[in-house]
Amino acid sequence: MTVTQPPSHDARERTPPRIALSLTINAMRYEIEISPSATLLDVIRDQLGLTGTKKGCDMGGCGACTVLVAGRRVVSCLALAASFDDAVVTTIEGVGTADHLHPLQAAFIRHDALQCGYCTSGQILSGIALLSENPGSIAEIREGMSGNLCRCGAHPNIVAAIAEVAGL
Amino acid sequence: MSGPSFQYIGATRLDDALAQGARHGATYVAGGTDFMQLWKTGLAAPKTVIDICRLPLAEISYAGNMLSLGALSRLSDVAAHPDVKIHHPLIADAILASASGQLRNMATLGGNLLQRTRCPYFRSAGLACNKRAPGSGCGARDGENRHAALFGTSSGCVATHASDLAVALAALDAEIVVASAAGERRLRLPDLYLLPAPTTAPDSSLADGDVITAISIHDACRFAPRSTYLKIRDRASFEFAVVSVAAALQIEDGVITAARLAAGGVAPLPWRLHGSEAALVGRAPGKAAFAAAGDLAIEGATPLAKNAFKIPLLRSAVIRALQTIGGVS
Repeated sequence: MTVTQPPSHDARERTPPRIALSLTINAMRYEIEISPSATLLDVIRDQLGLTGTKKGCDMGGCGACTVLVAGRRVVSCLALAASFDDAVVTTIEGVGTADHLHPLQAAFIRHDALQCGYCTSGQILSGIALLSENPGSIAEIREGMSGNLCRCGAHPNIVAAIAEVAGL
Repeated sequence: MSGPSFQYIGATRLDDALAQGARHGATYVAGGTDFMQLWKTGLAAPKTVIDICRLPLAEISYAGNMLSLGALSRLSDVAAHPDVKIHHPLIADAILASASGQLRNMATLGGNLLQRTRCPYFRSAGLACNKRAPGSGCGARDGENRHAALFGTSSGCVATHASDLAVALAALDAEIVVASAAGERRLRLPDLYLLPAPTTAPDSSLADGDVITAISIHDACRFAPRSTYLKIRDRASFEFAVVSVAAALQIEDGVITAARLAAGGVAPLPWRLHGSEAALVGRAPGKAAFAAAGDLAIEGATPLAKNAFKIPLLRSAVIRALQTIGGVS
C-alpha cells in the first residue's frame, strides 16, 4: 500500500515563488514561469515537452543532456535554468529534419554510430559544437568527445563519423 | 534528484551581490557545475541563491607583464584566449586537462578554485566527514583512502583539493583579488585555502559574502617557453587527478635560473614543491638534477593504507614533467 503524505508545513513554507524566464529554443520564443531551482534540462523536457534531450546521470557525467547555448555545448542537467534568461538554445529537435539530415546525423547513420540511441542526441549536439572548434586530429576528437558516454560502446564509430564531417 | 528549492536572485551589480551574499542561508552560484551537484545530493541547501554569473567580471587582459583574469571568465574562454596561450600556456594546459568540453563552457575560474573536494566520504551524505559535518570524524582515514592526500592532512581530514587550475596558478605565484562589503583585498593563491584541523576542515579562508573578482599573475611569462601540466588519472580524459604536477623552468646558458613546481591530488591545497625548486636552481638540467627534485618532492609524505602508491608516482611525475620541459632526457 502506498501512503501519500501532504507536504509538511516546513516544505510549503520553503516553496519559493516561480520566476519568469524567456528562452529561444530552436528559433521559437518561450515566455514561461519556472521553479527557481529547476534545471534547464527539466524545463526543456518536462515543461516544454522537448524530450529529444535525454536525462542520463543527471550529474554532468554522461553528456546525454548536452544542448547548445549560443552555439556552445553545455550539460543542461547542471544548468540552473534561471541563469539562462534570454538564452538562445539549440536542442536535437532543431538539428536537421527527416528529409534533410544535418551532415553529422547522416554520418552517424553511415558509420553505425549508435545502438540503443539514448546518448545520440547529446552526442550529435556535442559533436556539432566540437566541429565548430575545428578539431585537427582524431586524438582531438576523442579528447573533445570525452564528455559524452555511450554505454553501447559506439565510441569508435562516433569518432569516425565526426572525423568524416571534419574532413580528417 | 533534487534538493529543496530556493529563492533566486540574479545579481547585476557587485555591491548588490556583496550585500546579499553575507545574509544567513545565502550562497553564490556562478557556473553552477559544482553547486548543482552538491544541491542535488543534499550537500548544499541554501535558502537563497545569488547568481553572480552576469556580473561584469569576465575580462581577460595582459599588460605590463601582468595577466589579469576576471573570476567569472569561463574555463574554455580562458584556455582559448591568445594572451593566455602565448604568455601562460601552463594555465591553458591545466584547464584543458580539466573536466569535459561541456563543463569547461559553464564553469568559471572563481568557482573552479572554490570547488569542493571529491573525497567520497564528503560527497556521500551519511558517511563520517568533518568537512561536511564537523565533529563526525573522517571515514577516509581508516577507510577507502586510495584518493587521499599525502601532505597537509590532519587526524580529522585527508581530503585533496581537485582543481587543476589551482595547481598551475600556485606554480605561477598567482594572486587572488577578493571583494567584500568591507572592501577589496589580495591574497596569495595558497592562502585562499586552509589546512584541516582535528575535527573541522573548512575549505577556504573566505568569509561569508566574499567574492573572488580576479586572478592576477605577475612576471611569470618568462616561463612560457618551458612549462607543462602533467596529469595522471585513472582514465585518459574527463577524470580528476590521482597525481598532477605543474612545472616551469627558466634555463639560461645551460643552467636552470628559475624553477616552479606544484603538485595536485596530494594535499588539501595546491602543494608547492619549494624544496625541489631550490634543488634545481643553479644546476644544469639533466638526470641528476631532476632526480634530486623528485626525491625532495616526496619528502615528508605521510601515506595511509591505500595511497602509498602516490609517493613513487609523484616522484616519477615530477621527473617526467621536468624531462618534458628541460630539453634533455
